Amino acid sequence: MSKSNFTRRGLLKTSAVAGAGLALPTIFTAQSAHAFTNEPTGGTVTLGFNVPQTGPYADEGADELRAYQLAVEHLNGGGDGGMLNTFSSKELDGTGILGKKVEYVTGDTQTKSDAARASAKSMIEKDGAIMITGGSSSGVAVAVQALCQEAGVIFMAGLTHSNDTTGKDRKANGFRHFFNSYMSGAALAPVLANAYGTDRKAYHLTADYNWGYTTEEAVKASTEAMGWETVAAVKTPLTQTDFSSYIAPVLQSGADTLVLNHYGGNMVNSLTNAVQFGLRDKQVNGKDFQIVVPLYSRLMAKGAGANVKGIFGSTNWHWSLQDEGSKAFVKSFGTKYGFPPSQAAHTTYVQTLLYADAVQRAGSFAPCAVAEALEDFEFDGLGNGKTLYRGADHQCFKDVLVVKGKENPTSEFDLLEIVEVTPVEQVTYAPDHPQMGGPEATLGACNNGA
Amino acid sequence: MEAIILQILNGLDKGSAYALIALGLTLIFGTLGVVNFAHGALFMIGAFCAVTFSRILTLSHTVVDETKTDFLGNPLKVDVPYLHDLFGQATGDAIIDWAVPLSILFTVPVMMFVGYAMERGLIKHFYNRPHADQILVTFGLAIVLQEVIKYFYGANPIPTPAPQAFAGSFDFGAALGFDPNLIIYPYWRIIYFVFAAVIIGAVFAFLQYTTFGMVVRAGMADRETVGLLGINIDKRFTIMFGLAAAVAGLAGVMYTPINSPNYHMGMDFLVLSFVVVVVGGMGSLPGAVLAGFLLGILESFASMREVLEILPGLNQIIIYLVAIVILLTRPRGLMGRKGVMED
Repeated sequence: MSKSNFTRRGLLKTSAVAGAGLALPTIFTAQSAHAFTNEPTGGTVTLGFNVPQTGPYADEGADELRAYQLAVEHLNGGGDGGMLNTFSSKELDGTGILGKKVEYVTGDTQTKSDAARASAKSMIEKDGAIMITGGSSSGVAVAVQALCQEAGVIFMAGLTHSNDTTGKDRKANGFRHFFNSYMSGAALAPVLANAYGTDRKAYHLTADYNWGYTTEEAVKASTEAMGWETVAAVKTPLTQTDFSSYIAPVLQSGADTLVLNHYGGNMVNSLTNAVQFGLRDKQVNGKDFQIVVPLYSRLMAKGAGANVKGIFGSTNWHWSLQDEGSKAFVKSFGTKYGFPPSQAAHTTYVQTLLYADAVQRAGSFAPCAVAEALEDFEFDGLGNGKTLYRGADHQCFKDVLVVKGKENPTSEFDLLEIVEVTPVEQVTYAPDHPQMGGPEATLGACNNGA
Repeated sequence: MEAIILQILNGLDKGSAYALIALGLTLIFGTLGVVNFAHGALFMIGAFCAVTFSRILTLSHTVVDETKTDFLGNPLKVDVPYLHDLFGQATGDAIIDWAVPLSILFTVPVMMFVGYAMERGLIKHFYNRPHADQILVTFGLAIVLQEVIKYFYGANPIPTPAPQAFAGSFDFGAALGFDPNLIIYPYWRIIYFVFAAVIIGAVFAFLQYTTFGMVVRAGMADRETVGLLGINIDKRFTIMFGLAAAVAGLAGVMYTPINSPNYHMGMDFLVLSFVVVVVGGMGSLPGAVLAGFLLGILESFASMREVLEILPGLNQIIIYLVAIVILLTRPRGLMGRKGVMED
């Protein structure tokens, strides 16, 4: 006679274990048969493009998406090949990635960290995306990068300028091609000293969030090192639309230079307000009053209109660059869409090519193999001259452009002119630089996921 | 002293915008009893009327300039406005330069129609529904309207400058005997304040001194009795809705040179305007104007560096703090009628 050991306690235990197993996110279980998360098995590979399709950065997101679609077309052998023809690495031959046709899914970050994480998670879990890329804000980049690290996929950041993305919040699975606040400060300071002298009193208005803080810190440090004095640094709410209350007291402070650590709508409004107040027509301390915008984007310059004329700032890339890579990209993009690409489009296009190339060189889609291929990878021909993807923090090091609002634009896209190409040596810093999180900042271990 | 004068001036133009929007809001609440969360969207549509009008003025045909090249190396295509062909370049440019003030003529009929259509098409069906329903439907409408605007005009702000004649700022400091540059104030903001004062005065005069206004005020006080006298008060209230929409629209048009319009500018103003209405007293027109200027000035003072050093973040909460205090101590608002929102 057999005795059943089917007891109430046993049943509860078994149910609990089974329940817990079922409740585990599919991200950690569904791929258990594979070597890594979302290992491509068929003839295609899926990339996840996570860009702002709604919200205030929707136009920038649309430009990123155009660039991604162009990159996919080129990777699959379509179009004129764009930067594949000028890229120093010759691994990509227009047959997809490792012979698999490239497909893509898109998500909407809404420029909100929670929405961006949700759309990235959905693309990884439901659509099987092997890599996530995109975004137009540092808050989103840091949040999605952390998610990709947990999920075991590679994150190729889009437009994110805060030091933290590859500073204190750096992750082994995350990579940034775009430049950062430190680099903007380091590139701008000598140009500003040259144009406006070393005896200046600066007044900072800073957007009250992570990116604003790192930009203010970087510009302050680099301009003070040149001899400038910082009179005041005032934080402005991210939701602020009218900056008159913040701009009106600037002249009373004795400052002769206003630094606007603002981006997007904040920058458009604060610059418009500052010009409206006639600051640029004033003389303070015997000098012409000046305004500086550390991070420029063409889309923002368009929003601010004629107010940007003559104002210095920095940018990651500009379509008027005359190197072969930039020319090839502008030609492909311009022919397909009818207007020149923005810096957001450039960085996302390049990130897609860099990922594909790394997979090709690694001979595997496994995130850790791809990360290894990207680390300390030196390349050229993608529009910024010789570039290094530094292994220690996954930040690209390349020349930085200092630009100025153009006096006589010929079109709505021709708003900025390049004043100086700051050589990479001048913007390079140690991986444990205090602005980058100091010695405590580490990448952690690479995660292959499943 | 200079700093105080400066912040009062700053508060005045901010207050002008709050007062103009809140005036329309409270007018609609006072007449139709509707809490209109789409009122910020009307402000935004007004601003985009200026954008549209300026685009109409700059309608162009393309001319190829063989001497220049575009970014792809092809001969440059230059847009030449039809106004240049019609009036010559100098006059054409002058008309385009004055696009914002001229667009007032375009905005008033458009906004009256938008207000009329909104009231007849949607809001009248919610008169006898609870305030929560009205808020939901008007808030939904506001979201739809801003998405429509975004679809046609994009998410980026669109620069819409004031005429060149009003560029720059007036040196109040020098005029008042202080050092130059200490109290400067942009010409366009002075114009905005004067414009707001004129509009507010006109609305009050219309309600106070015309028969139409008298009937509307009577209807606001006792709708039923006015109805029993054989007056079609609903029709007049619909016109008032159109008028409120036009006031919001004009506030939006004149605001475009201050901040480049974008699709969510209405939402940015909506919540603040509601606070203004609540602080001023629901349904009270003078209350809305008073509270608009009061909160505008308070907000400016709270944004001073000296204040922020003592109380960081005060600039973000000051308006809501005032609202809480008013609601606790005087629920009907500064100038609200006794009994309104107090039961």
